[in-house]
Amino acid sequence: MHLIPQVLFILIFGITVYVASKKYMSIRRNILLGRDEDLSDNPALRWKNMVLFALGQKKMFRNFIPAFFHLFIYVSFVIVNIEVLEIAIDGIFGTHRFFAPYLGGFYTFLISFIEMLSALALIATFIFIIRRNIIKVKRFTQPELKGWPFKDANFILLMELILVTAILMMNATDYQLQLRDAEHYANTGKLCVAQYTSNLFSSVGTENLILLERFFWWTHIIGILFFLNYIPYSKHLHIFLAFPNTYYSRNEKKGIMQNMPVVMNEVKTILDPSAQVNAIIDPPKSFGAKDVTDLTWKHLLDAYSCTECGRCTDACPANITGKKLSPRKIMMDTRDRLEEVGNNITKHGKDFSDNKSLLGDYITHEEIRACTSCNACVEECPVNINPLSIILELRRYAIMEQSDAPAAWNTMFNNMENNQSPWQFNPMDRANWIEEIK
Amino acid sequence: MSELNKVSTAAELFANGESPEILFWVGCAGSFDDRAKKITGAFVKILNSLEIKFAVLGTEESCTGDPARRAGNEFLFQMLAQNNIAVLKGYGIKKIVTTCPHCFNIIKNEYPALGGSYEVIHHTSFLQQLIDEGKLKVEGGNFKGKRITYHDSCYLGRANDIYEAPRKVLETLDAELAEMKSCKSRGLCCGAGGAQMFKEAEPGFMEVNVKRTEEALEVNPNIIASACPFCMTMMTDGVKAKNKEDEVKVYDIAELIAMGNNLI
Ligand code: SF4
Ligand code: SF4
Repeated sequence: MHLIPQVLFILIFGITVYVASKKYMSIRRNILLGRDEDLSDNPALRWKNMVLFALGQKKMFRNFIPAFFHLFIYVSFVIVNIEVLEIAIDGIFGTHRFFAPYLGGFYTFLISFIEMLSALALIATFIFIIRRNIIKVKRFTQPELKGWPFKDANFILLMELILVTAILMMNATDYQLQLRDAEHYANTGKLCVAQYTSNLFSSVGTENLILLERFFWWTHIIGILFFLNYIPYSKHLHIFLAFPNTYYSRNEKKGIMQNMPVVMNEVKTILDPSAQVNAIIDPPKSFGAKDVTDLTWKHLLDAYSCTECGRCTDACPANITGKKLSPRKIMMDTRDRLEEVGNNITKHGKDFSDNKSLLGDYITHEEIRACTSCNACVEECPVNINPLSIILELRRYAIMEQSDAPAAWNTMFNNMENNQSPWQFNPMDRANWIEEIK
Repeated sequence: MSELNKVSTAAELFANGESPEILFWVGCAGSFDDRAKKITGAFVKILNSLEIKFAVLGTEESCTGDPARRAGNEFLFQMLAQNNIAVLKGYGIKKIVTTCPHCFNIIKNEYPALGGSYEVIHHTSFLQQLIDEGKLKVEGGNFKGKRITYHDSCYLGRANDIYEAPRKVLETLDAELAEMKSCKSRGLCCGAGGAQMFKEAEPGFMEVNVKRTEEALEVNPNIIASACPFCMTMMTDGVKAKNKEDEVKVYDIAELIAMGNNLI
């Protein structure tokens, strides 16, 4: 009889983890649809970046208040996994608080610590719900967040409330049962929150109390297993991908725009037909990017890592002054389109084309034209995403493959070609200033 | 005063069998734009007043290709850049100083991939080095009692992490320096970069340069200091749009140093 919960647990656990891992593998496959980019140099610096930006939340602390509360949720999420591990062991082997007898006093400390963090995370979650829904902080109300992204954010906060409440109540009922010396309820020592919250249940009969304790225990673990499956569809994926994404940050100066060796070589041979050029392995199939598969895997990892926080858009000069461009939308569109391309591959095979593309169907020319390449978005992103790099690749496609430029840019190109300056001045007058300053 | 305005071209030096120690890369704005030419002139005077030997390319200089590359026209960029690299190679140029952050960024960071590697320095860093070495001093207190706010150029600041050099140079002026609420790595763009300078802005409710000028005016400056000829245009237009051109002037850091030493 007492095996039923164990079997049930193993079944639920096995199925949900299997389904989730399939989804995570499809995300990996989608990212690898991107073109190659070598970001393997300087591992020491890369580890340092990961520790600073993902683990240490360095950029988050440019905005103290959200960073402070986010830290509670983040640390409690990391630490609570120890308790989740114990729950998994208990669930599979039918034990209860497996670690308690081994760890003794340290167990009391550990669970108290988790409780404290959970309580702080609860407060933080409330504050975040208020910031999104009542204060309506500007970066959470911009157009690209309407609909699903807004609901997604609130749903996650709600889930957090449920999970944290479940863990706190699980401990509270457990503690009350310990006070009554109930069978199976191992002594955890005095828990910092449960010693008070357990009083909420002092009038509940022991049998009902056990039911309640089991209810919170199951709520917590099923909630977590649900969450694991929900995350890959959500902006919450950043909790995992922030780590590889900061590890693979581009480490050069932000002002650098990637060279295009194919064009370089072509121009080299035009200027000097006898020039020796290195052959290019795996040349891109177009100049610049029209669709997600023309971007590199790092652009695509960026897209999946985006937290939709809007710090980039908040700093974007184009967006601030009312232009359609929003760097956050660039990242969200890239992810949405990549998901669509990935789903097409799953359903119809590798060579299927839906005749849609990132540039045109998701991102418009008006958006990418508004960018001043100021790098404010890159600077602000807490997980080192580079929206500018995608914008510039799309621009390359618009100009070189579609010849889609504003008239003024075509004039500028003509001037640069004929007069070696963006204006229509005679190049022979270029040094006239030497006389003029005298 | 004519010595102060002396400018040799690399070709002239070459004819005398010399090669310039430092090449002053003037840039398109510095060569053609009336306002930016004054910055060029001010910087030339500073160089000559310190007896620094330099040359310019003159008519052999071409656009670096920055606006073409940022707009997306890689072919045009490659044409211009490879031609420039060939010219620089012809004169054996090793060190380049420039008054334009866009020229600075692209020559320093992007020409190497095309085979053109030089020591490239922006004029604000160059001036800071001269100050640190004790060669450049500003005496006279022309700016006493004046309030200056510095507008960070994106291509110096975020693009290349140069925030301190321009500020250190301004500190020598003995003026009051005020920071805007968004400055350094958070500085708001003037709106010119990414080839925006050469087209109308996309539809919006406001121009970027006006927004940035408003931020500058919030600190009540007498002078807005810039370090980029395009920021110069944008901020000057912004000040005009706000009808403040009588009270607030926009100057490049090179001009302020030249004024501080009564060179202009
Ligand atoms: S680089 Fe472009 S997208 Fe990013 S903040 Fe600047 S203008 Fe906006
Ligand atoms: S790109 Fe970075 S800053 Fe922008 S919304 Fe995504 S996570 Fe936030």
